[in-house]
Amino acid sequence: MTDHLLDTRQMARFAADGFLRWDALVPVDLNEAVCRQMEEGIPRATAGRPLDKAWPDTPIAEVFRMPEIQGITRSLVGPDPLYDHHAVHTVDAGREQGQIWHADAIIDTRTHFDIQFFYFAHDTPREMGGTMFLPGSHYRRISESDIARYQNFLGQTPMVCEAGTVAVAHHGIWHCAQPNLTDAKRYMFKLRLNPTVKQCRLWNTTDLDDPEIGKILGTNHGWYGNEVRLEVVNRIKFWRFLTGNESFDVSYWLSRLENTPETELAAS
Amino acid sequence: MSTNLRQKLLILYLHSPDLKSKVVAWSAYDGTGRDQNTSGESEEPPYSSVVDAMEDGWRVVQFPQQFPAYPGSEYTTSYLKFEYILEKLEDRND
Repeated sequence: MTDHLLDTRQMARFAADGFLRWDALVPVDLNEAVCRQMEEGIPRATAGRPLDKAWPDTPIAEVFRMPEIQGITRSLVGPDPLYDHHAVHTVDAGREQGQIWHADAIIDTRTHFDIQFFYFAHDTPREMGGTMFLPGSHYRRISESDIARYQNFLGQTPMVCEAGTVAVAHHGIWHCAQPNLTDAKRYMFKLRLNPTVKQCRLWNTTDLDDPEIGKILGTNHGWYGNEVRLEVVNRIKFWRFLTGNESFDVSYWLSRLENTPETELAAS
Repeated sequence: MSTNLRQKLLILYLHSPDLKSKVVAWSAYDGTGRDQNTSGESEEPPYSSVVDAMEDGWRVVQFPQQFPAYPGSEYTTSYLKFEYILEKLEDRND
Protein backbone atom coordinates (compact mmCIF):
# COMPACT_ATOMS: atom_id res chain seq x y z
CA MET A 1 0.00 0.00 0.00
CA THR A 2 1.61 3.27 -1.08
CA ASP A 3 -1.48 5.41 -1.76
CA HIS A 4 -1.36 8.59 0.30
CA LEU A 5 1.73 7.53 2.23
CA LEU A 6 4.25 10.28 2.84
CA ASP A 7 7.35 10.33 0.67
CA THR A 8 10.89 10.56 1.98
CA ARG A 9 11.19 14.30 1.44
CA GLN A 10 8.09 14.84 3.55
CA MET A 11 9.49 12.58 6.26
CA ALA A 12 12.76 14.53 6.22
CA ARG A 13 10.79 17.75 6.52
CA PHE A 14 8.96 16.24 9.51
CA ALA A 15 12.32 15.29 11.04
CA ALA A 16 13.71 18.80 10.53
CA ASP A 17 10.66 20.97 11.29
CA GLY A 18 8.67 18.72 13.61
CA PHE A 19 5.43 19.19 11.69
CA LEU A 20 3.79 19.03 8.28
CA ARG A 21 0.65 20.70 6.96
CA TRP A 22 -1.93 20.11 4.24
CA ASP A 23 -4.12 23.04 3.30
CA ALA A 24 -7.86 22.59 2.72
CA LEU A 25 -7.48 18.80 2.82
CA VAL A 26 -10.85 18.02 4.39
CA PRO A 27 -13.94 18.64 2.17
CA VAL A 28 -16.22 21.59 2.90
CA ASP A 29 -19.31 19.59 3.88
CA LEU A 30 -17.34 17.48 6.33
CA ASN A 31 -15.74 20.59 7.88
CA GLU A 32 -19.19 22.05 8.44
CA ALA A 33 -20.42 18.84 10.04
CA VAL A 34 -17.39 18.75 12.36
CA CYS A 35 -17.93 22.40 13.33
CA ARG A 36 -21.45 21.51 14.43
CA GLN A 37 -20.15 18.48 16.30
CA MET A 38 -17.48 20.54 18.10
CA GLU A 39 -20.10 23.03 19.26
CA GLU A 40 -22.05 20.15 20.78
CA GLY A 41 -18.93 18.64 22.33
CA ILE A 42 -17.05 15.46 21.46
CA PRO A 43 -16.69 13.08 24.41
CA ARG A 44 -13.25 11.63 24.99
CA ALA A 45 -12.59 7.96 24.47
CA THR A 46 -10.48 5.78 26.74
CA ALA A 47 -6.74 6.35 26.36
CA GLY A 48 -4.90 3.40 24.87
CA ARG A 49 -7.77 2.07 22.73
CA PRO A 50 -7.14 1.32 19.07
CA LEU A 51 -7.96 4.46 17.10
CA ASP A 52 -10.48 2.65 14.91
CA LYS A 53 -12.51 1.81 18.03
CA ALA A 54 -12.19 5.18 19.72
CA TRP A 55 -15.28 6.92 18.38
CA PRO A 56 -18.75 6.08 17.15
CA ASP A 57 -19.58 6.82 13.52
CA THR A 58 -19.56 10.63 13.63
CA PRO A 59 -18.13 13.38 11.37
CA ILE A 60 -14.86 13.58 13.30
CA ALA A 61 -14.39 9.82 12.93
CA GLU A 62 -15.02 10.22 9.20
CA VAL A 63 -12.22 12.80 8.96
CA PHE A 64 -9.71 10.36 10.44
CA ARG A 65 -10.93 7.61 8.11
CA MET A 66 -10.13 9.73 5.04
CA PRO A 67 -7.53 7.90 2.92
CA GLU A 68 -5.26 10.94 3.00
CA ILE A 69 -5.32 11.08 6.80
CA GLN A 70 -4.87 7.32 7.02
CA GLY A 71 -1.79 7.60 4.81
CA ILE A 72 -0.27 10.32 7.01
CA THR A 73 -1.04 8.31 10.15
CA ARG A 74 0.32 5.05 8.78
CA SER A 75 3.53 6.75 7.60
CA LEU A 76 4.29 8.15 11.04
CA VAL A 77 2.87 5.78 13.67
CA GLY A 78 2.02 2.66 11.68
CA PRO A 79 -1.13 0.79 10.77
CA ASP A 80 -2.73 0.31 14.17
CA PRO A 81 -2.14 3.40 16.30
CA LEU A 82 -3.61 3.89 19.73
CA TYR A 83 -5.89 6.75 20.64
CA ASP A 84 -4.21 8.81 23.37
CA HIS A 85 -6.62 11.72 23.79
CA HIS A 86 -8.31 14.47 21.87
CA ALA A 87 -9.41 18.00 22.71
CA VAL A 88 -11.63 20.62 21.14
CA HIS A 89 -9.52 23.72 21.73
CA THR A 90 -11.27 27.07 21.63
CA VAL A 91 -10.21 30.70 21.85
CA ASP A 92 -12.99 33.11 22.75
CA ALA A 93 -13.82 36.06 20.51
CA GLY A 94 -11.93 39.20 21.42
CA ARG A 95 -9.20 37.45 23.40
CA GLU A 96 -6.09 39.67 23.12
CA GLN A 97 -3.59 37.51 25.00
CA GLY A 98 -1.91 34.55 23.40
CA GLN A 99 -1.41 31.27 25.18
CA ILE A 100 1.99 30.68 26.77
CA TRP A 101 4.46 28.64 24.75
CA HIS A 102 4.46 24.99 25.78
CA ALA A 103 4.89 21.43 24.57
CA ASP A 104 2.19 18.84 25.21
CA ALA A 105 4.31 16.56 27.31
CA ILE A 106 6.56 16.19 30.25
CA ILE A 107 10.18 15.45 29.39
CA ASP A 108 10.03 12.55 26.95
CA THR A 109 13.29 10.71 26.35
CA ARG A 110 12.01 8.26 23.74
CA THR A 111 13.14 8.20 20.14
CA HIS A 112 9.77 6.65 19.36
CA PHE A 113 7.30 9.46 19.03
CA ASP A 114 3.62 10.23 19.24
CA ILE A 115 1.90 12.46 16.72
CA GLN A 116 -0.66 15.15 17.19
CA PHE A 117 -3.12 16.21 14.51
CA PHE A 118 -4.19 19.86 14.52
CA TYR A 119 -7.36 20.14 12.43
CA PHE A 120 -8.76 23.56 11.55
CA ALA A 121 -12.35 22.98 10.43
CA HIS A 122 -13.11 26.62 9.67
CA ASP A 123 -11.13 29.45 8.06
CA THR A 124 -8.44 30.78 10.40
CA PRO A 125 -7.05 34.17 9.34
CA ARG A 126 -4.18 35.72 11.31
CA GLU A 127 -6.49 37.99 13.31
CA MET A 128 -8.19 34.83 14.55
CA GLY A 129 -4.90 33.48 15.73
CA GLY A 130 -4.15 30.02 14.58
CA THR A 131 -1.80 27.82 16.50
CA MET A 132 1.76 29.15 16.48
CA PHE A 133 4.43 26.50 15.90
CA LEU A 134 8.15 26.80 16.46
CA PRO A 135 9.76 24.78 13.66
CA GLY A 136 12.58 22.53 14.80
CA SER A 137 11.75 22.67 18.52
CA HIS A 138 10.64 19.05 18.94
CA TYR A 139 13.94 17.52 20.11
CA ARG A 140 14.33 19.96 23.01
CA ARG A 141 13.88 18.34 26.40
CA ILE A 142 11.57 20.55 28.39
CA SER A 143 8.58 19.91 30.59
CA GLU A 144 5.31 21.38 29.27
CA SER A 145 5.13 25.11 30.09
CA ASP A 146 8.68 25.49 31.43
CA ILE A 147 9.25 27.62 28.32
CA ALA A 148 6.50 30.12 29.16
CA ARG A 149 8.93 33.03 29.67
CA TYR A 150 9.67 33.07 25.92
CA GLN A 151 7.37 35.19 23.75
CA ASN A 152 8.84 35.47 20.26
CA PHE A 153 11.31 33.55 18.15
CA LEU A 154 12.78 34.10 14.71
CA GLY A 155 10.88 31.81 12.36
CA GLN A 156 7.80 31.21 14.55
CA THR A 157 5.05 30.07 12.22
CA PRO A 158 1.32 30.69 12.74
CA MET A 159 -1.22 28.33 11.26
CA VAL A 160 -3.09 30.80 9.07
CA CYS A 161 -5.25 28.64 6.90
CA GLU A 162 -8.43 27.80 5.06
CA ALA A 163 -11.09 25.50 6.45
CA GLY A 164 -10.10 21.85 6.26
CA THR A 165 -6.40 22.39 6.89
CA VAL A 166 -4.60 19.69 8.82
CA ALA A 167 -1.20 19.78 10.47
CA VAL A 168 0.53 16.83 12.08
CA ALA A 169 3.26 17.37 14.62
CA HIS A 170 5.83 15.44 16.64
CA HIS A 171 4.71 15.35 20.28
CA GLY A 172 7.60 17.56 21.34
CA ILE A 173 6.79 20.57 19.16
CA TRP A 174 6.64 23.94 20.94
CA HIS A 175 3.40 25.75 20.20
CA CYS A 176 0.82 28.18 21.57
CA ALA A 177 -2.66 29.40 20.68
CA GLN A 178 -2.69 32.94 19.34
CA PRO A 179 -5.02 35.82 20.25
CA ASN A 180 -8.41 35.90 18.58
CA LEU A 181 -9.28 39.49 17.66
CA THR A 182 -12.41 38.57 15.68
CA ASP A 183 -16.01 38.43 16.87
CA ALA A 184 -16.22 34.65 16.47
CA LYS A 185 -15.02 31.84 18.71
CA ARG A 186 -12.14 29.88 17.23
CA TYR A 187 -12.09 26.07 17.23
CA MET A 188 -9.27 23.63 16.63
CA PHE A 189 -9.49 19.87 17.01
CA LYS A 190 -6.41 18.11 18.34
CA LEU A 191 -5.82 14.35 18.42
CA ARG A 192 -2.82 12.50 19.85
CA LEU A 193 -1.90 9.03 18.64
CA ASN A 194 0.68 6.51 19.87
CA PRO A 195 2.57 4.00 17.71
CA THR A 196 2.28 0.26 18.20
CA VAL A 197 5.15 -0.71 15.91
CA LYS A 198 8.77 0.32 15.49
CA GLN A 199 8.64 3.55 13.48
CA CYS A 200 11.07 2.37 10.83
CA ARG A 201 10.42 2.87 7.09
CA LEU A 202 6.65 3.12 7.46
CA TRP A 203 6.30 5.64 4.62
CA ASN A 204 6.77 5.24 0.85
CA THR A 205 10.53 4.75 0.71
CA THR A 206 10.97 4.54 -3.06
CA ASP A 207 12.81 7.88 -2.92
CA LEU A 208 14.87 7.00 0.17
CA ASP A 209 18.16 8.04 -1.44
CA ASP A 210 16.91 11.41 -2.68
CA PRO A 211 19.96 13.73 -2.59
CA GLU A 212 17.82 16.50 -1.14
CA ILE A 213 17.34 14.64 2.15
CA GLY A 214 20.62 15.82 3.67
CA LYS A 215 19.85 19.43 2.75
CA ILE A 216 16.40 19.22 4.33
CA LEU A 217 17.82 17.71 7.52
CA GLY A 218 20.42 20.47 7.60
CA THR A 219 17.79 23.24 7.71
CA ASN A 220 18.70 26.15 9.98
CA HIS A 221 15.58 27.70 11.53
CA GLY A 222 17.64 30.50 13.06
CA TRP A 223 16.14 30.74 16.54
CA TYR A 224 18.57 28.30 18.17
CA GLY A 225 21.62 30.32 17.11
CA ASN A 226 24.93 28.60 17.70
CA GLU A 227 23.22 25.30 18.59
CA VAL A 228 22.30 24.58 14.97
CA ARG A 229 24.92 21.82 14.74
CA LEU A 230 23.48 20.08 17.79
CA GLU A 231 20.05 20.27 16.20
CA VAL A 232 21.38 18.62 13.05
CA VAL A 233 23.07 15.88 15.11
CA ASN A 234 19.72 15.12 16.77
CA ARG A 235 18.05 14.95 13.35
CA ILE A 236 20.73 12.57 12.09
CA LYS A 237 20.11 10.28 15.08
CA PHE A 238 16.35 10.45 14.44
CA TRP A 239 16.84 9.70 10.75
CA ARG A 240 18.95 6.66 11.61
CA PHE A 241 16.09 5.46 13.80
CA LEU A 242 13.50 6.11 11.08
CA THR A 243 15.47 4.43 8.29
CA GLY A 244 17.42 1.76 10.15
CA ASN A 245 20.58 3.04 8.47
CA GLU A 246 23.07 3.37 11.31
CA SER A 247 25.73 4.93 9.08
CA PHE A 248 23.56 7.75 7.76
CA ASP A 249 25.15 11.16 8.21
CA VAL A 250 24.87 14.79 7.16
CA SER A 251 28.06 16.75 6.51
CA TYR A 252 30.14 14.13 8.40
CA TRP A 253 28.92 15.42 11.79
CA LEU A 254 28.46 12.04 13.50
CA SER A 255 30.97 10.02 11.48
CA ARG A 256 33.75 12.28 12.75
CA LEU A 257 32.70 11.68 16.36
CA GLU A 258 32.35 7.93 15.82
CA ASN A 259 35.89 7.62 14.50
CA THR A 260 37.73 6.12 17.48
CA PRO A 261 40.68 4.22 16.00
CA GLU A 262 42.32 3.62 19.38
CA THR A 263 39.28 1.63 20.55
CA GLU A 264 39.26 -0.50 17.42
CA LEU A 265 42.99 -1.15 17.69
CA ALA A 266 42.60 -2.25 21.31
CA ALA A 267 39.76 -4.60 20.37
CA SER A 268 41.87 -6.25 17.65
CA MET B 1 13.91 59.11 42.69
CA SER B 2 10.28 59.34 41.64
CA THR B 3 8.01 56.85 43.37
CA ASN B 4 6.23 56.46 40.05
CA LEU B 5 9.18 54.75 38.41
CA ARG B 6 8.44 51.20 37.36
CA GLN B 7 10.65 48.50 35.90
CA LYS B 8 10.38 47.32 32.32
CA LEU B 9 12.17 44.09 31.44
CA LEU B 10 13.47 43.10 28.05
CA ILE B 11 14.80 39.57 27.65
CA LEU B 12 16.99 38.94 24.65
CA TYR B 13 18.23 35.53 23.53
CA LEU B 14 21.37 35.67 21.43
CA HIS B 15 23.02 33.58 18.77
CA SER B 16 26.11 33.21 20.97
CA PRO B 17 27.45 34.57 24.30
CA ASP B 18 28.85 37.57 22.42
CA LEU B 19 26.72 40.56 23.42
CA LYS B 20 27.05 41.86 19.88
CA SER B 21 25.64 38.68 18.34
CA LYS B 22 22.21 38.50 16.74
CA VAL B 23 18.95 38.36 18.72
CA VAL B 24 17.15 35.09 17.95
CA ALA B 25 14.28 35.29 20.46
CA TRP B 26 12.84 37.99 22.72
CA SER B 27 10.30 38.78 25.42
CA ALA B 28 9.15 41.94 27.20
CA TYR B 29 7.42 42.51 30.53
CA ASP B 30 6.22 46.00 31.37
CA GLY B 31 5.85 47.05 35.02
CA THR B 32 4.24 50.37 34.04
CA GLY B 33 1.18 48.43 32.91
CA ARG B 34 1.09 50.12 29.51
CA ASP B 35 2.11 47.16 27.36
CA GLN B 36 0.55 43.72 27.67
CA ASN B 37 3.12 41.70 25.78
CA THR B 38 2.15 38.21 24.70
CA SER B 39 3.33 35.20 22.74
CA GLY B 40 3.83 35.49 19.00
CA GLU B 41 3.19 39.23 18.80
CA SER B 42 6.13 40.24 16.61
CA GLU B 43 8.14 38.78 13.78
CA GLU B 44 11.21 40.99 14.19
CA PRO B 45 13.19 41.60 17.40
CA PRO B 46 13.14 45.11 18.91
CA TYR B 47 16.94 45.29 18.79
CA SER B 48 19.56 43.53 16.72
CA SER B 49 21.78 42.68 19.73
CA VAL B 50 22.22 43.34 23.44
CA VAL B 51 24.71 46.12 22.67
CA ASP B 52 22.16 47.67 20.33
CA ALA B 53 19.65 47.72 23.22
CA MET B 54 22.29 49.14 25.61
CA GLU B 55 22.85 51.99 23.19
CA ASP B 56 19.14 52.77 23.55
CA GLY B 57 19.36 53.01 27.33
CA TRP B 58 18.61 49.44 28.45
CA ARG B 59 20.74 48.21 31.38
CA VAL B 60 21.86 44.60 31.50
CA VAL B 61 20.86 43.13 34.87
CA GLN B 62 21.57 39.43 34.32
CA PHE B 63 24.06 37.44 32.30
CA PRO B 64 23.69 33.72 31.55
CA GLN B 65 26.19 31.51 33.31
CA GLN B 66 27.94 28.95 31.17
CA PHE B 67 28.37 25.35 32.18
CA PRO B 68 30.11 22.47 30.45
CA ALA B 69 27.80 19.73 29.16
CA TYR B 70 26.95 17.05 31.71
CA PRO B 71 28.51 13.70 30.73
CA GLY B 72 25.96 11.83 28.64
CA SER B 73 24.06 14.98 27.73
CA GLU B 74 26.52 16.52 25.31
CA TYR B 75 24.01 16.56 22.43
CA THR B 76 20.87 17.22 24.42
CA THR B 77 19.18 20.53 23.69
CA SER B 78 16.71 22.25 25.94
CA TYR B 79 16.30 25.94 26.91
CA LEU B 80 17.90 28.79 25.02
CA LYS B 81 21.37 29.23 26.49
CA PHE B 82 22.25 32.85 25.91
CA GLU B 83 19.55 34.74 27.80
CA TYR B 84 20.24 38.36 28.77
CA ILE B 85 17.84 40.28 30.98
CA LEU B 86 17.76 44.06 30.58
CA GLU B 87 15.82 46.77 32.38
CA LYS B 88 14.64 50.32 32.03
CA LEU B 89 12.89 52.42 34.63
CA GLU B 90 10.00 54.50 33.34
CA ASP B 91 7.45 56.75 34.98
CA ARG B 92 4.15 54.94 34.96
CA ASN B 93 2.33 58.24 34.44
CA ASP B 94 4.26 59.27 31.32
